[in-house]
Amino acid sequence: MEKEAGFIHPYVPNAAPEQRRKILDAIGVKNPVDLYSSVPEELRVSGLLNLPEPLESEHNLRDHVEKLIAKNQSTKEYLNFCGAGCWQHSVPAICDEITGRGEFLTAYAGGTYSDHGKNQAIFEFQSLIGELVGMDVVSTPTYDMGAAVNSALLMACRITKRRGILLPKSIGSDRISQITGFTKPVSDIEFIDTHPDTGLMDLDHLKNKLTKNIGAVYFENPSFFGLIESRGEEISELIHAAGALMVVGVDPISLGVLASPGDYGADLVCGDIQPLGIHMYAGGGCAGFIASRDEERFVAEFPMIMVSIAPGATNDDFGFAWSTMQRTSYDKRHESEDYAGTTQWLWGIGAAVYLSLMGPVGMDELGRGIMQRARYAAEQINQLEGASVPYLEKPFFKEFIVDFSESNKRVSEINEMLFERGIFAGKDLSSDCPWISQSALYCITEVHGKSEIDFLIRCLKESLS
Amino acid sequence: MSDQNTKFHAARWNEPLIMELSEMGARGIKPPVVDDEISNIVGDVVGDLPEGARRSKLPTLPEVPQHRVLRHFLRLSQMCMGFDVATDMMGTCTMKYSPKVHEHIARSSKLADLHPLQNVKSLQGLLELMHSFNQMMCEVSGMDEFTFQPASGAQGIYTNACLIRAYHESRGELDKRNEIITTSFSHPADAATPSVAGFKVITLMPGEMGFAEIDALKAAVSERTAGLMLTNPEDTGQYNPRIKEFVDLVHEAGGLCAYDQANGNPLLGIVRAGDTGFDMCQFNLHKTFSAPHGALGMGCAAVGVKSHLQKFLPRPLIVRDHSEGYFLDYNQEDGIEKIRAFVGNVHAVLKAYSWMMSLGAEGLRAVAETAVLNNNYMLTRLRELKGVDIPWPVNNYPKLEQVRYSFQKLFEETGITSHDIIDRMVDYGVQHTMTSHVPMLVPEPLTIEPGESLTLDEMDQMVKILSNIIDEAYDCPEKIKDAPHNASTTRIDADVSEDPKCWAFTHRSFERKRTAWSADDRTKIERHGGGY
Amino acid sequence: MMAFRLGLIINPISGLGGSVGLKGSDTPEIIARARALGAIPQSPIRAAQALQSIKTTARSFKVFASEGNMGETTVKMIDVDAEIISRTNDGDTSAADTLAAATCMAEIPVDLILFAGGDGTARDLVQAIGSKIPVVGIPAGVKMHSAVFAIHPMAAARMVLKCMEENTTLRDLEVMDIDEVAYREGAVSANLYGYLKVPYYPELVQGTKTGGVSNNQDDLASIASCIVELMVEGRTYIFGPGTTMRAVANRLGVRKTLLGVDVIKDGSLLVADATEKEISEVLSGDDSIVVTPIGGQGHFFGRGNQQISASIISSVGLDNVIVAATPEKIASLRGNVLHVDTGDADLDESLCGWRKVVTGLKTVSICRVSK
Repeated sequence: MEKEAGFIHPYVPNAAPEQRRKILDAIGVKNPVDLYSSVPEELRVSGLLNLPEPLESEHNLRDHVEKLIAKNQSTKEYLNFCGAGCWQHSVPAICDEITGRGEFLTAYAGGTYSDHGKNQAIFEFQSLIGELVGMDVVSTPTYDMGAAVNSALLMACRITKRRGILLPKSIGSDRISQITGFTKPVSDIEFIDTHPDTGLMDLDHLKNKLTKNIGAVYFENPSFFGLIESRGEEISELIHAAGALMVVGVDPISLGVLASPGDYGADLVCGDIQPLGIHMYAGGGCAGFIASRDEERFVAEFPMIMVSIAPGATNDDFGFAWSTMQRTSYDKRHESEDYAGTTQWLWGIGAAVYLSLMGPVGMDELGRGIMQRARYAAEQINQLEGASVPYLEKPFFKEFIVDFSESNKRVSEINEMLFERGIFAGKDLSSDCPWISQSALYCITEVHGKSEIDFLIRCLKESLS
Repeated sequence: MSDQNTKFHAARWNEPLIMELSEMGARGIKPPVVDDEISNIVGDVVGDLPEGARRSKLPTLPEVPQHRVLRHFLRLSQMCMGFDVATDMMGTCTMKYSPKVHEHIARSSKLADLHPLQNVKSLQGLLELMHSFNQMMCEVSGMDEFTFQPASGAQGIYTNACLIRAYHESRGELDKRNEIITTSFSHPADAATPSVAGFKVITLMPGEMGFAEIDALKAAVSERTAGLMLTNPEDTGQYNPRIKEFVDLVHEAGGLCAYDQANGNPLLGIVRAGDTGFDMCQFNLHKTFSAPHGALGMGCAAVGVKSHLQKFLPRPLIVRDHSEGYFLDYNQEDGIEKIRAFVGNVHAVLKAYSWMMSLGAEGLRAVAETAVLNNNYMLTRLRELKGVDIPWPVNNYPKLEQVRYSFQKLFEETGITSHDIIDRMVDYGVQHTMTSHVPMLVPEPLTIEPGESLTLDEMDQMVKILSNIIDEAYDCPEKIKDAPHNASTTRIDADVSEDPKCWAFTHRSFERKRTAWSADDRTKIERHGGGY
Repeated sequence: MMAFRLGLIINPISGLGGSVGLKGSDTPEIIARARALGAIPQSPIRAAQALQSIKTTARSFKVFASEGNMGETTVKMIDVDAEIISRTNDGDTSAADTLAAATCMAEIPVDLILFAGGDGTARDLVQAIGSKIPVVGIPAGVKMHSAVFAIHPMAAARMVLKCMEENTTLRDLEVMDIDEVAYREGAVSANLYGYLKVPYYPELVQGTKTGGVSNNQDDLASIASCIVELMVEGRTYIFGPGTTMRAVANRLGVRKTLLGVDVIKDGSLLVADATEKEISEVLSGDDSIVVTPIGGQGHFFGRGNQQISASIISSVGLDNVIVAATPEKIASLRGNVLHVDTGDADLDESLCGWRKVVTGLKTVSICRVSK
């Protein structure tokens, strides 16, 4: 670096020559490079890295980056009907307002006193999710729902001291990949068949698979394909009779109208909080949680930071503390069975704001409205020549499979044609749904009014003809 | 009561829990109404649900009018010391200024409202951004390809462990090679994630210099070595000068070397993982590269590999086709299973990219050197204070970006612990520092990392604060023992959070258990519930 | 809620000899010489330091102390709520006084005994109370080979404060018995005398967060699992003393001598509390030695297990020596260094350097070994 000229930049005040000089004098060193004597010279970069010319002015930088992302078309410009693990819902302005607050945005690992507000917001997140899922213990946010499921499955295996995990075939292939990778050192996975008539788990097959080796059984409600499972109690009885634990994955935005898994026997509940007031960010908005009953043997197995409320000096005072950190890899290090780290707390705060705004009536209205719109869309699509909705008569929440095999067109072609008309079509399910050859997963939420859905129908009709 | 000395008092709103603000009938927001025509056609779909699926009664969520929700969370934000408002030198966290312009760019729906699976033609801007950033990171690190899929440093380190596993598995050697070597002062994740990935972990204890000696590594390496995973400089701010020998030794034994560059700030433009011989590395975009820390999350790990390991990266990769533009390549047959959904925290990638574009090569180097200068400035001032020692006095090398101080002498002379100091710091309007990760081999530790963003004045202020606290330790230790006095709450009894009869992670649990808090047989000690 | 009952035992002559270069202060002749040389007793000063620190922070507690310079003087000086136990002797105190005081305190019973002294005082406590009452030791003697001492009076105070907070767990720490005569002549001959219960001061986890799961128990179980997994049929295993070794034996279902050396083969006890001769008689050529660091300096050979002599170690072979220690034990050692003292200088030399230490089922630490 040019020694006397220094480096002037708004982000590095002490690189300016006069500041630098002051500091060097205070330390008693001639040159910054002297402070690197522990780094062998032969390892050091000579000269400067070969990076693009900097844009030091904010104006130019902003211009550059905005032009870059201007090459994207967002779901505000195109009509989006794609879900499959990340969903377009309406994000209240106040959610953006709060997740944009610098105090939250740039906080990190402050504790009970310095970051009281952060801890309270997260406790409220835990509480509100707890009400939705019917559980007394809720974790801080996880990296995504897949991570929550991973941790929950291994928790169940550790609690039951068994290796076996049962997964339905009807979960997405990405989720299966995440679970396989994470659990393979300590668990054995087997799959439960999907009943072709219902699109849900084949309970007879489940019964057969429930041996003494099974520690955890997982299913999603609604399923990856949008179908609602109403046999929760029956399933939990089967699972518990075999000595295993039931892990249920939910879409929290459905829980204004759908039953809490806690009420039908779930031992562990996971979910993705992205629908709760968080922008999609091409998947960056994904974040998960794990919930359980308040039993010591469960709490002891949660791998992440857990925030408990705690009393202050008077009856009205309260604060928060990170509980039992010896559960986590921070303390366990090499003895860890799971790992903890920085996750997605900011989105947890956003979800807390969302649920506070929506309240019980809002969540009910939202859930009803989504189901009505989705039903409408599915019925309309089913009437199209060349398209059918195989599980139209079964209850579903916001997503449903559309089977295009009668059209003799490939999903990729149809999707391309829809794209040309300004639509992001449903996910091509060729890898996830092998028993239906050309199908896609369509997602309808509260952002889709009748005109948007009708537009989809028209475009589909055109594409199919 | 306010303590005049410190001239600071945090906002203390005594803001109730949101559930306690509930009033029947209040609405915070109304969702869009369903078109009548749709309702008429489909009817009451929810009502048609089978009983086992339908909710029997509404969830117990609070009913709060909109402005009160806003006020509630804004007040909470005021009781949180983000870097935007308070000086934060928390060790190992690399706190720095997260430029606001990045936030404003990232909020654009051109980033925020993208669906990960939308037609790739509509994602060209995003993919170009990620591809360019990939190339820049390769230049910074000496690696050949990056993925941004992991959502945090720990997940990035886990990815490294999975890559090592996949490599040996592909060569049929995984059964034999089941040991990963790390050091005691590397981040706990360097020991935890290989364990989760199924490895046995060997930890090198430090020698007199405070880092691992080559002879210790020799005792650890064998034909069962799968790899080496460590941080350098370690969380003590000390760089191990023999790192290349470490890497060579492990390579000779047939293992791979993964560089946890969580402490990469002092090395930007100075040393590269690739030049040091590492096969892979990971960076925290939310530390070194200025993406905001997000109150413990909206992180992102940039995991880089040398070309021979590229095939093991998790799908999808972002590839450029010269005619077609950018696309997502899901054909990673040998790739490890997905670490996280989709392609990663793209907002963090955009911010890191923007930061690098603003600074350039010269800027990056200035960041590194300034972080080291600032740290040595703090060291020069702090070591003069009473009761403070620098561990491993034999190690004469200058520290890099952080220092782990020992306040053991202060403890012996006054009974004040490093944890007590942390609780008192917040009274002075600064974020507290970090003590140490486990294992706490340094007695009464404080780990301080000033970073490159702060001014000389802000650093002097921090020195003055610690100096004041030290004086208080000698003159009036009760003031510290009873701290904090000027924080957002009174002292909190963290015992409750450790006791299964008392802990409460939700409001519904709290309502049931709060009587246990005042039970006669419960020991009530006002403990310090300070930061971890 | 009842106030915490703290027993206080000060051995007023501990440490008397050290400051004037004498090894130990346990015989009247040494004490007289020390006084003549102007020695000042250390233990009352250190006890006062610790008590003052406790008083500043703790809520309600009551001290039970012996008359005179065994505790009464100190509690009066610091001015804490105290009950005085009368003594039978006058003049210089002896082991009998410590035994009497401790026995009396155990009957009250006190919640914890804070003592200032050396190995001798610790041994007296083992005799008087065994594991009935937890103790915290303020280092004040010259001879502190035992592991029961806090590193500093302030650390002792902190441990007491933690014990006053209900959720502290306890662990067994070694009390050593050094042959005084041999020691003064420059040789060391040490036995493991017994164990005392000491509050678990978790140097490995954040200072203020204790309670819930005991890390130490988990670590012991983990180490036990690891060693048991390594053991093969037909091989002879010589197990040294200590709670870590006992944990392994428990996992095997074998009764182990806590303070002695046992030989185990094929899951059962071959020789209990073996002498050196008995061990050498059962060596088969396929042998292993399993030991754990003992005492305040972390010796895995030479303190409490001299039965595993230099010649036995050489016959078995260094590659067949397995050292196990909890991470917490390693962290509690100065510089995290383990020690050896087999009596054979060359053997010691070859044991020194960096060594694998089993710290759990899937984990090993590489630690420095020194003489």
